Amino acid sequence: MDFIVAGFIKAIELLISGDYSTWTAVLATLKVSTISMLLSVGAGLPCGFLIGYFDFKGKKHLRTILDTLLALPTVFIGLAVYAFISRQGPLGELGLLFTLTGIAIGQTILAFPIVTAITASIVENIDQDLKLTLVSLGAGKRNIIATCLWEVRYGILTAAVTAYGRVLTEVGISMMVGGNIKYHTRTITTAIALETNKGMFADGIALGVVLITIAFIVNLSLSFLRKQ
Amino acid sequence: MNKKRLFIGIATIFLMIMAISVQAKSKELMMATTTSTDNTGLLDYLIPHFEKETGISLKWTSTGTGKALKLGQNCDVDVLLVHAPPAEKIFIANGYGKERREVMYNDFVIIGPENDPADIKGKNISEALKMIKSKKVVFISRGDDSGTNKKEKLLWKNAGISQPDKEKWYVQTGQGMLASISVAEQRDGYTMTDRGTYIKYQSQKGGNATLKVLVEGDSILLNQYSVLTLDPKNCPNAKYDLALKFSGWMASPNAQNLIKDFRLIGKKLFIPNAK
Repeated sequence: MDFIVAGFIKAIELLISGDYSTWTAVLATLKVSTISMLLSVGAGLPCGFLIGYFDFKGKKHLRTILDTLLALPTVFIGLAVYAFISRQGPLGELGLLFTLTGIAIGQTILAFPIVTAITASIVENIDQDLKLTLVSLGAGKRNIIATCLWEVRYGILTAAVTAYGRVLTEVGISMMVGGNIKYHTRTITTAIALETNKGMFADGIALGVVLITIAFIVNLSLSFLRKQ
Repeated sequence: MNKKRLFIGIATIFLMIMAISVQAKSKELMMATTTSTDNTGLLDYLIPHFEKETGISLKWTSTGTGKALKLGQNCDVDVLLVHAPPAEKIFIANGYGKERREVMYNDFVIIGPENDPADIKGKNISEALKMIKSKKVVFISRGDDSGTNKKEKLLWKNAGISQPDKEKWYVQTGQGMLASISVAEQRDGYTMTDRGTYIKYQSQKGGNATLKVLVEGDSILLNQYSVLTLDPKNCPNAKYDLALKFSGWMASPNAQNLIKDFRLIGKKLFIPNAK
C-alpha cells in the first residue's frame, strides 16, 4: 500500500524539482499530442462538415464506416505506421521511425475519425430553421455555411478536446513507433508503462498524476474559453 | 470580447506549434539494445561519458535481442548492443552485420522463492530444469525471443526436455527482464535472469527481495554482450563511421573501467572483457 501514497508524494516532488526526465516526457507528450490534435482537426473538420451538411447517396454507409473507425485499436495503427515508415517500408527514406513526427502520424490517424464523426453529428443537428431563416433573409451559400460553422463552434471545440484526450492518453502508437527513447520519444504514457515493467510503481503513479493534471488544465482552459 | 478571447486562444496554440523545433543533428547515433543494459541503469551511467568524449549523441531503444537484430536488419538503427552470440554470428554471416566486438559479460542465474518448492538449490542447470518440470512448479519465461529467452530455450534443449511451450506451469510473459522477475515474484515461481538485472531487482527491493539465486556457476550460463556494427552494403544509410567509433569507445580502457566501476548495492553488474 505504501507505494500508492509514495506515488502521490513523488509526483509533487518530480514537478516542483523540475526533474529533467519527467519534464522532457511532459514536453514530448504535449508536442506530439498538440500536433496530432491540430492535424486531425484540420482534416477532420472539413470532412465532418461535408458529411453532416450535405445529403448524398451512401451517407448512411459512410457513417457506419466512420463509426467503426472510432474503434481502431492503437496497437494496430502502431503496427501499420511502423510497417510504412520502417527503412524497409514504402516511406522508409524519410527516416521517421523513432521520431515524434512518426508518433504524430499515427495519432492523427487515431484522432481523425473522432473529429470527423463528432463534427458530422453536430452539423447534422443544426436547426433546419436557421438555414431557412438565412435563405429568406437572402443570404448566399457561402454566408450560410459560415454562419452554420459559427453556430457549431462549441461543438468543434468539443471534438478537439475529445481528440486531444484520446491522443494524450494513448500508449500503443507511442511505444511501437516512438521506441520509448529517453529524453526524445519517451512520453508520459510510455514512461508509465516502463516504470511499471521495472516494478517502480511509485514512479508510475507519479507520472499518472502528472498526466491527469495536464488533462485537467487543458479542459479547464477550454471551458474558460467557452464561457466567454 | 468573444472574438478577442478566441483570438488569444488560437494565437497561443500557434505559438506552441512554433515552439516545436525539429531536432536534426548530424552526429546522432541510434542504437537498439537489450532490456538488461537499460533496466539496470548502465546506459544512463555510461552514455553521457561517451557523448562528452566524442561529441556524438546517442539515442537508444531497449527491446529483446531478437527484435534488436531485426531492427538492424531493417536498417532502422545504426548500431546494436546485444547478448546472443550464436544469433549474432548468423546475423553477420547473413550479411547484415559487419564487426562484432565483445565488450562485457555477466552470467545467467536461476532465481526462485526461498522455500524452493522444486528443490533445485545447488543442482546443476539441467537437473534443476528437470526437477521444475517433474514437480510442475511455475516457471516464468520471457517468451520474447530476447537473448535471455534464446539462452533459456537452449538450456531446456540441453537438459533433454522439449520446450514446455503449452504446459500450464510454464508462463511466457513477452515482457522485459525486470517485468518478468515481478511476475515470478507475484506467482511464487522460478525464472532465469542475467545477474545484472537481478542485482537491480535486489537494490529496488532494499534488502527485501523474496526471490533468491538458486542455480549458478555453470559455464553454459555465461552471458556475453557485444557491440555489432551493420554492414554498409545492406544499410548504406546507417551511420557506419559513428557506429565504429562507439564500438571502439566501448572497448577503450576508459569505458572498460567505467563498466567495471558500475555497482548497485556494492555489487558489480557487468565485467568488462574487451580484447
